[in-house]
Amino acid sequence: MITSGAGATTHKRNPGMPLDLEWVESLTANRSAIERRAATLGGRRTVKKEWQAAWLIRAIQCMDLTTLSGDDTAGNVHRLCAKAKQPLSAEMLEKLGLENLHTGAVCVYHQYVEECVKNLKGTGIPVAAVSTGFPHGLSPFRERIHEIKASVAAGADEIDIVITRGHVLRGDWEALYEEMRQFREACGEAHVKAILATGELGTLTNVARASAVCMMAGADFIKTSTGKEPVNATLPVSLVMVRAIREYEEMARVKVGYKPAGGIRTAKQSIDFLMLMKEELGDPWLKPDLFRLGASTLLADIERQLEHFLTGRYSAYNRHAMG
Amino acid sequence: MSKVTEILETMEYGPAPEDAKLVNEWLEARGRKFGVYVGGAWHEGETHFASVNPATGQEIAQITQATEATVDAAVSAATAAQAEWAANPSLRQQKLYAVARQIQKHSRLFAVLETLDNGKPIRETRDLDIPLVARHFYYHAGWAPLMAEEFPGYKPVGVCGQIIPWNFPLLMLAWKIAPALAMGNTVILKPAEFTSLTALLFADICDQVGVPAGVVNIVTGDGETGKAIVAHPGIHKLAFTGSTEVGRILRQATAETDKKLSLELGGKSPYIVFDDADLDSAVEGLVDAIWFNQGQVCCAGSRLLVQESIAEKAFAKIRTRMSKLRVGNPMDKVVDIGAIVDKTQLDRITELVELGVTEGATKFQPECKLPEGGWFYPPTLLTGVEPASTVAQVEIFGPVLVAMTFRTPAEAVALANNTPYGLASSVWTQNLDIAHDVAAQIKAGTVWVNCTNQFDASAGFGGYRESGYGREGGKEGLYEYVKLTPQSANFSLQPSSKGTSAGLDRTHKLYVGGKQVRPDGGFSFPALGGEFALANRKDVRNAVEAADAAASGWASATGFLRSQILYYLAENLVAGRDAMISTLSAGGSTAPEQEFEASVATILHYAAWADKYDGQVHQAPIRGLVYTRNEALGASAVFAPNAPGLAGFLGACLPLIAMGSPVVAIASEKAPLAAMELVRIIEASDIPSGVWNVLTGVHSELEGTIGDHLGLNAVWHFGSIEGGHRIQKTSAGNLKQTWSAPEGTINWLATPNKEFLRRATQVKNVWVPYGA
Repeated sequence: MITSGAGATTHKRNPGMPLDLEWVESLTANRSAIERRAATLGGRRTVKKEWQAAWLIRAIQCMDLTTLSGDDTAGNVHRLCAKAKQPLSAEMLEKLGLENLHTGAVCVYHQYVEECVKNLKGTGIPVAAVSTGFPHGLSPFRERIHEIKASVAAGADEIDIVITRGHVLRGDWEALYEEMRQFREACGEAHVKAILATGELGTLTNVARASAVCMMAGADFIKTSTGKEPVNATLPVSLVMVRAIREYEEMARVKVGYKPAGGIRTAKQSIDFLMLMKEELGDPWLKPDLFRLGASTLLADIERQLEHFLTGRYSAYNRHAMG
Repeated sequence: MSKVTEILETMEYGPAPEDAKLVNEWLEARGRKFGVYVGGAWHEGETHFASVNPATGQEIAQITQATEATVDAAVSAATAAQAEWAANPSLRQQKLYAVARQIQKHSRLFAVLETLDNGKPIRETRDLDIPLVARHFYYHAGWAPLMAEEFPGYKPVGVCGQIIPWNFPLLMLAWKIAPALAMGNTVILKPAEFTSLTALLFADICDQVGVPAGVVNIVTGDGETGKAIVAHPGIHKLAFTGSTEVGRILRQATAETDKKLSLELGGKSPYIVFDDADLDSAVEGLVDAIWFNQGQVCCAGSRLLVQESIAEKAFAKIRTRMSKLRVGNPMDKVVDIGAIVDKTQLDRITELVELGVTEGATKFQPECKLPEGGWFYPPTLLTGVEPASTVAQVEIFGPVLVAMTFRTPAEAVALANNTPYGLASSVWTQNLDIAHDVAAQIKAGTVWVNCTNQFDASAGFGGYRESGYGREGGKEGLYEYVKLTPQSANFSLQPSSKGTSAGLDRTHKLYVGGKQVRPDGGFSFPALGGEFALANRKDVRNAVEAADAAASGWASATGFLRSQILYYLAENLVAGRDAMISTLSAGGSTAPEQEFEASVATILHYAAWADKYDGQVHQAPIRGLVYTRNEALGASAVFAPNAPGLAGFLGACLPLIAMGSPVVAIASEKAPLAAMELVRIIEASDIPSGVWNVLTGVHSELEGTIGDHLGLNAVWHFGSIEGGHRIQKTSAGNLKQTWSAPEGTINWLATPNKEFLRRATQVKNVWVPYGA
């Protein structure tokens, strides 16, 4: 079976390491230089025609198709799962020469984990649950641990935790490390993604240091945002985080995954993120075991672009099935 | 498997070729053969040469080799057009604005043509060169109507000859033509013979927007055409960007004329990374510093100085980053490094890198497949390089980074300044104290803090030392294209019947390093008011050494301190008023009282300015500060005018001293008495040793030694025309700045104009992007 090169989730877990405060405090981020790199990356790299189509397919394969709304019900979660299983129409798949295309995961609140697990059984699509008092992460600590365990028990394969931003803003790296370490432990076999909520961390230097601490405490992925902060996944923030991942790999010899989330709505943006991964980290980060895009409306734009690639005609949203 | 599924396996970028169709149509419409654009019309050339695409080695078009007669015709056209152009500032603004607009409208045509002709990646021409060109014309359009208000007393220089290099063909054209036109000059521009095409397209644009005939003339050709421009007597100003070697030739070739000259030459710019820098960003910056335009950039950050404690980590990160660079067809949008402009250049790079390895450097080049057919060189890192290595000293002008380490900020500065060049530099640190301190100490016209290769029309660009003089961009750059309305003031001398003192002998020595010393040769010479020590070569040597030793202390003294010292000098001079007036009289002054008052006024004038000649903050389009420092020139020499002996001496020396440069002053040859009496007041006025050295002697005998001296940064000559020419000629050795104003052109008794302060300083632009 052609699995489109994405491969299964074979990601080696990040065992973490003791907190190295010297490393944490040595990390700095020069905002202007980082913004310049982020702004010029799209001018240095581009993909056209078949390459663009392939990269967009890869964006689908790396997508954590997400719904995290107060008005979520079983009905729209079902619809989401259906879309995760069949992100493109059968006709488009055939023209592209693809079989068995699905998104990287679905991502929901704890409430709908069981529903998704049931729905996605046998597809190989992991279910991710946001947890630990998402999005603010300020519920009682014991309840946050309990929430993780409940989601794992309900069958979640991946847990997206949120960190206590206050630990970062106060420079209390020991507390952040301890929190993350306990979240990781509570996850058991489930992979853990640490949401930094970068829009609430104040500076890029804080982003770099929080990334480092969470990786040392065993995060399998680091993730930008809940999608609920005023500023979500930007390229400059991503650059800081992926550089921290690179440095962690140099030090600990472990590859940590990256997940930008929030505000990623266009096909072009998804390609920018893939290019950032290829340039700053390398090809291993172009697969779902090390890269995820958290998005809810992105898929619709990718479908339109792919249809344009296949037909030469600009497409419309109503031609593609809702998720 | 479909192609898409194959790509999913490799996740390659694939090709993204830029379309050359419109450019080819433009070339075909002109038969791929170009004449010159002179006097608002195209003229067929007699002989032609090929312009070649460096990425393929294939001919693009035939270019005219312009002759002396063509240059002559261009100068005539430019001369005829100049007065009316100068008289109409609003027309100048409109036309420069129209040019900017047209460049934007045809930006892709320009970008593609530039890439085909030069070999640099389309990403650069599209995202950097052409937008900067448009910005340059916009910015300077605005200066045309502001000239009268902002440059009182100045007028256009006249007809300008401009010779530009091949590395940024259209951008260098913009840097030359925009300010010249804004200030009411007309131009003859010669593009480099490798890269004439965008200049010819630019001529088309000028034609379309109705730039008046003769205002812009584009003549193409090789060095012979350049020589005809340099030698043409109808040209009043020469602006050159290119190698230091050719810059020297230009300085010599124009030495015996009063042509204004600006030179933007080579460099070996340091790129300093401190241990507290955002190292990943500093490494990324290197891509813009040395792997930009194939490293064929005069201000390329080609000398990496990295703090020893982080050196290995930095080198590892650099090697990783280099492995992601893509070398290839410059028309591909996914290429970082395109073609080297010409085979000769490629050979030179190859030879220098091999020499570096022979001299002990370790070479790293990432695995990358070079395209066949054109001239390509891979990105290269040389570690284990020492300051003594050839590759650490000479400009390679290719994608080759040489790396060295330092231990302390002081050592970083010492290594950074350990070069005859001084064009640009980068400093990477998150520490404000280090950043500004190091920026102040580096001898270079531009310092980029936590960034590199940033350019804008609002900020002056140009060199210290052998990287040339003059600025391009900003208000500071406009002075290259204006001149002061000349003054006329003749001062005479008359021998006095009275002696200087009552009976006892008066011995005048030389004043060197804060001490009165006997002349090395032991000779005296007669002049008005007595006999004076005859300085020779060795006295010059000693005086320059003393001045050089005082240079860094005096430059870093506060303006307030320099001001107080000058006030004190005035105080002491006034206290001996009567004695000095009789000295002036004995020394040949025809109006001793008036000269005395003017002398005091001159000192007070510079005491006033010493703490007020501020830099400015430019409005470059970045989030950050771009500030200028009006910096001292360093040890300089002054040939004082013969008359007036005291007021002229002070007027010639004090601007330099007030702005922080120690001076070796050669007093009036005919009337040195008052200056030598002044020495006794200098001695008593807290002026630090070596800041003001005073020699007496025969000017023509000292001009050669001083003009030649490699330790002097500037020489001002206010004497004979021939003497001034001699200084200009000999200055070519280290390209020191010169100012030759023959006697009779400056009124030393009037309030000095600000031109003296401008000449006594060099503008450094410091770029500091910020962001919390």
